[in-house]
Amino acid sequence: MTALTDDTLPITPRAMRDEMIVFGIMAVLLAIVPFTGIYPFFVMQALCFALVACAFNLLIGYGGLLSFGHAMFLGTAGYCAAHALKVWNLPPELGIVVGTAAACVLAIITGFVSIRRQGIYFSMITLALSQLLYFIYLQAPFTHGEDGIQGIPQGHLFGIFDLSKPTVLYYVVLAGFLAAFLLIYRTINSPFGEVLKSIRENEQRAISLGYKTDHYKWLAFVLSGTLAGFAGALKVFVAQNASLTDVHWSQSGEIVLMTLVGGLGTIFGPVVGAFIITGMQQYLASFGQWVTVIQGVIFVACVLLFRRGIVGEIAHFFRRSL
Amino acid sequence: MQALYAQLLVGLINGSFYALLSLGLAVIFGMLNIINFAHGALYMMGAFVAYFLLNNNVFSISYWGALIIAPVAVGIFGMILERTMLKFLTGLDHLYGLLLTFGLALIIQGVFQNYFGSSGLPYSIPDQLKGGMNLGFMFLPIYRGWVVIFSLIVCLATWFLIERTRLGAYLRAATENPTLVRAFGINVPRMITLTYGLGVGLAALAGVLSAPINQVRPLMGADLIIVVFAVVVIGGMGSIMGSIITGFALGVIEGLTKYFYPEASNTVVFVLMVLVLLVKPTGLTGRAA
Repeated sequence: MTALTDDTLPITPRAMRDEMIVFGIMAVLLAIVPFTGIYPFFVMQALCFALVACAFNLLIGYGGLLSFGHAMFLGTAGYCAAHALKVWNLPPELGIVVGTAAACVLAIITGFVSIRRQGIYFSMITLALSQLLYFIYLQAPFTHGEDGIQGIPQGHLFGIFDLSKPTVLYYVVLAGFLAAFLLIYRTINSPFGEVLKSIRENEQRAISLGYKTDHYKWLAFVLSGTLAGFAGALKVFVAQNASLTDVHWSQSGEIVLMTLVGGLGTIFGPVVGAFIITGMQQYLASFGQWVTVIQGVIFVACVLLFRRGIVGEIAHFFRRSL
Repeated sequence: MQALYAQLLVGLINGSFYALLSLGLAVIFGMLNIINFAHGALYMMGAFVAYFLLNNNVFSISYWGALIIAPVAVGIFGMILERTMLKFLTGLDHLYGLLLTFGLALIIQGVFQNYFGSSGLPYSIPDQLKGGMNLGFMFLPIYRGWVVIFSLIVCLATWFLIERTRLGAYLRAATENPTLVRAFGINVPRMITLTYGLGVGLAALAGVLSAPINQVRPLMGADLIIVVFAVVVIGGMGSIMGSIITGFALGVIEGLTKYFYPEASNTVVFVLMVLVLLVKPTGLTGRAA
């Protein structure tokens, strides 16, 4: 088994300093967006997908597990949050909690099933499970089938922040994204993250060293699914709807694509990839089905020509881990 | 009872497609170590080739011609893909094969969708197979019976080719240890290309068979391939006969579900997959992978 990334650089204080500098630049750039005239809706949407891609990357980049069903967490959290907000009339913060908790429960169950097989089978199982959920949501009455849940009230977060104002909503989404990003960053650099990486490199050896690798993989899966769900719950406030497209396999494919373009196993790659792919959809929307073709071409080009992805290539050039 | 038998027949037909597709996936995985995500797209291409052969201004080749030409044409297309792209993945993590073929599936399906939309094109049943016969307990449309029997013959022929012939012995040996087989003077890269062509050709054949039953649509293979993945997880990819039996069995179970509890007919294969994973994680016939 060849390693997915050649990210074997040790974590040195210098590397961490570099990463914190890049994180600072990213946070500042994102914070000034409302003053630049860039359409905030687009950036909010990209941030939500960036968070899903980061959560997905935690599994593939550090645990070596390629999930082809991450849309199920995005969609489940979206549906549950939307239902809580619209039907139960819960305040926004509880809506987010309900959505994220639903994704967490789903990840506990699906993780238990899917980590029973490795490698390629894991990908097929996650894909099949997400398709199972797709059909359930297609038939379940509370999702309103093809129409989806629409016209979701945004409300006041903690009773103070009026989420119907785009700028307020933007900073709330940004705060959620940055907090989750730091949590993922911390996880990667924790002893838990180190064990995950050792499982990616050589699972048999990790087992022989006494690690219960299944428990680590399960925990990583639950963490990844929960964070993807958190992004899905935030996305409800941005899009004000929850629909079947968020659970569809093509959505899972896009999450994979974002991470692949940015760089599997890089810290900032998924964010860059999410902005590129979301932007591409925004600006190429008039090309209809050709967008799918272009996505396919990017997949092929990434796999054949630059497997490290954009951030991975940059990091490799400067011999840093980013 | 009529309805039960009718659903059983539908189940057998779907089972034929599952068997043909999972058989191809297993053969390809054995030699190339790649899960061919483009399998559904190539199945769709088979159906479209049959459609083009019949509906064009120059010549009109019937169903029977398409049954041979479509698998060969799509098989050659697959071999070109293997020579120009897939062969560069040798030695890399298996996941890259999945990602590359997923990209290929998006390209193929996107191009077809762009020209033909998402609606279906009709493909009529050939004259020789029209009509039906009364079996006493049910009315059997001849075409549907033909699909089941013909698929079964093709599956068994493939099994015979791989398990009982000299060529198949080379193939199985190359799956186990390609370097050693190469040392005996056998051209393994060419065998890999031909294997991919064979697997893809089986998918295209399934596409031609399904054209008169399900309409010819650009996305006809997209959802099917996910079900076939679940079939592969249940059956495992270690045994050819295992793939065939699992494919047909799951088709029949799905058909029975359509009769007894139609709401679950879309999901029953996935639910079974979960149950098998909980009880026997290695799959019914497969080795641990």
